[in-house]
Amino acid sequence: MLSQQLVNGLVLGSTYALFALGFTLIFGVLRVINLTYGFYFSIGAFVALTAARSFGANIWVALPLGAIAAGLVAVVADWILLTRLRRAKAGELSSLMVTLGAVLALYSLMAVFIGTDIQRFPFGFVDNSAIEFSGIRISLVQMLIIGTTLVLVALLFVLLQRTKLGLMIRALAENEDAARLMGINVGLTVAAVSFLSGMLGGAAGVLIGLNFNAIQPFMGEHMMLRGFAVIIIGGLGDIRGALIAGVLLGVLEVLTAGYISSNAKEAVAFTILVLTLWFRPVGLFGRAQAKRA
Amino acid sequence: MSRLLSTVGAIAIGSLLAAPAATTAWAQETVTVGAIEILSGPSAAYGTAIKGGLELALDEINAAGGVLGGKKIALIIEDSAGNKDQAVNAARKLVGRDKVPVVIGPTLSNEMFAVGPVTNERKVVTVGTSTTAKGITEIGPFIFRTSLPESDVVPVTLKTAKDKFGVKKIAMMYANDDAFSKSGFDSMKAAAEQLGFEIATIETFGSKDSDFSAQLTKIKGLNVDAITISALVEPISGVVLQARQLGIPASVRFIGGNGANSPKLGEIAGGAADGLLVGSPWFIAKKGETNEKFVADYKKRNGKDPDQFAAQAYDTMYIVAKAIDTAGAADSDKIREALYKTDFNGVMGPFSFTQGRDPASNEGVVVLAMKNGRFEILE
Repeated sequence: MLSQQLVNGLVLGSTYALFALGFTLIFGVLRVINLTYGFYFSIGAFVALTAARSFGANIWVALPLGAIAAGLVAVVADWILLTRLRRAKAGELSSLMVTLGAVLALYSLMAVFIGTDIQRFPFGFVDNSAIEFSGIRISLVQMLIIGTTLVLVALLFVLLQRTKLGLMIRALAENEDAARLMGINVGLTVAAVSFLSGMLGGAAGVLIGLNFNAIQPFMGEHMMLRGFAVIIIGGLGDIRGALIAGVLLGVLEVLTAGYISSNAKEAVAFTILVLTLWFRPVGLFGRAQAKRA
Repeated sequence: MSRLLSTVGAIAIGSLLAAPAATTAWAQETVTVGAIEILSGPSAAYGTAIKGGLELALDEINAAGGVLGGKKIALIIEDSAGNKDQAVNAARKLVGRDKVPVVIGPTLSNEMFAVGPVTNERKVVTVGTSTTAKGITEIGPFIFRTSLPESDVVPVTLKTAKDKFGVKKIAMMYANDDAFSKSGFDSMKAAAEQLGFEIATIETFGSKDSDFSAQLTKIKGLNVDAITISALVEPISGVVLQARQLGIPASVRFIGGNGANSPKLGEIAGGAADGLLVGSPWFIAKKGETNEKFVADYKKRNGKDPDQFAAQAYDTMYIVAKAIDTAGAADSDKIREALYKTDFNGVMGPFSFTQGRDPASNEGVVVLAMKNGRFEILE
């Protein structure tokens, strides 16, 4: 049973990590706590759902479609909501308030058009079977989640460290004014970061919606709390940290629920959060990845 | 000094309350009834069904001449979004500004525990149509409900599971952040103990959780005959799906509380929910002209099948309208007296209130089993 619980934890943790990747990227580079991130998660799932239902798209079409749509939404949302604040060099609290208002409005708007009933991908959209070996069961969707998380983290690393865009992003993360003086197109770089994180959020929405079969406008809201815990524990802007913190959190939650009490499950994430803030306010692994890389 | 101030205040408030008497010319045309339901947010499915049921009954009542010798009933439905504070604000608005003599709702027991004390204090009759938790009507003498409390329905379901399927050893699950789910669990536990079930474990989760793998893996290792679950339909769907995914065999039946009694369960969980048992005060395929007409009309008006929440709301609108008629005036005290005399035969079957303002009988409870994603009456 322990091995099955560890697998459960790994899957849950991967969903946390997957969700947190884009969120931590926004914070690490753009220095804003962008709460509309939860909406990108929901919209990605919905675009994929619509593609699957109305146009019979399969997962390999629906997933990138959902991700790209969420990326575009992210670029527009960031441009409308935060351009002025950025120009005025407003503090983090203002971006928090603006995006909090915006995300509530966006969720409600989405609920108006789509309704609040939970929905799911059509039966048979992905192979629902599970693999079983020595008493451990893991479904194909769950393997897809773990695999996608690893691939996305790897791609993100390559992008940040080996490409010109990555260099621009890192420069922006280091110091916006200096980056501008070096001739970096800040507006374009900001848009690129928004697009990337929106895509990550959207992809997470599709995969997590697929795993839990519970797609509805407010699905992002619930993930957001865990997302916060993960990026703070992992270190704001730290991609590797988000991955490790996500998995750590998932495994600990599952072990708590399995061996101590399911009532105490919630307490785990937030106890670790508080402890991290007390003893390692920079996160488990120190300085932000986007900057250090 | 402070007494003087409060006297002045009381007079001021008194005159504010008296002012709308001037609008009686309008009031002669209509009797306004309020409702508080969840029309937005994650639990909007319940409120929307209730709204559909209320409005269908309202249309029929008004088309048939209304109440009090020709007055139409106007219904103001406020959205609580499933939020206790918003529900209380809605109640204050309905009672204070719209001066309704009757409030229908709110949707969740959680909300009723917040709204009930407010409306009861203002002596406004409040009729829950979907609030099944323990202690609802004990809030005060103005609080009624037309929904059978879980404690009347659940023992019927569990007994059926025992007699028919030989269930002995069970695991119990419930959502621990919601009054409805917790109280449903309390009723289940009491009934399970009374029937002599062996309770192998009790596991909890949050209403908005989507991962239940840890709890289910633990339950899988305990080899139980059945799993009881008390929660709203969304998490229940997730639980049954994951249970089958983790390899808990279909022979281990789920036994649901009131929240499982929704067609949504089949839509989301599909075949994974097959075999699930639930007791219901109403069922769509229930025979009888009244029910068949209701089902057809509801479908025509709202474009989808009614659920039990719509059915309860439909009957409740009639019960309230009849009580207003019997009372002879849109007066809360008189309506309250009239409700005690309710003797109504609607889609749920014969209905009257106990002295404790709960439904009088659970004879109408049918046990349903999920089959191919749809509920069927268990033969």
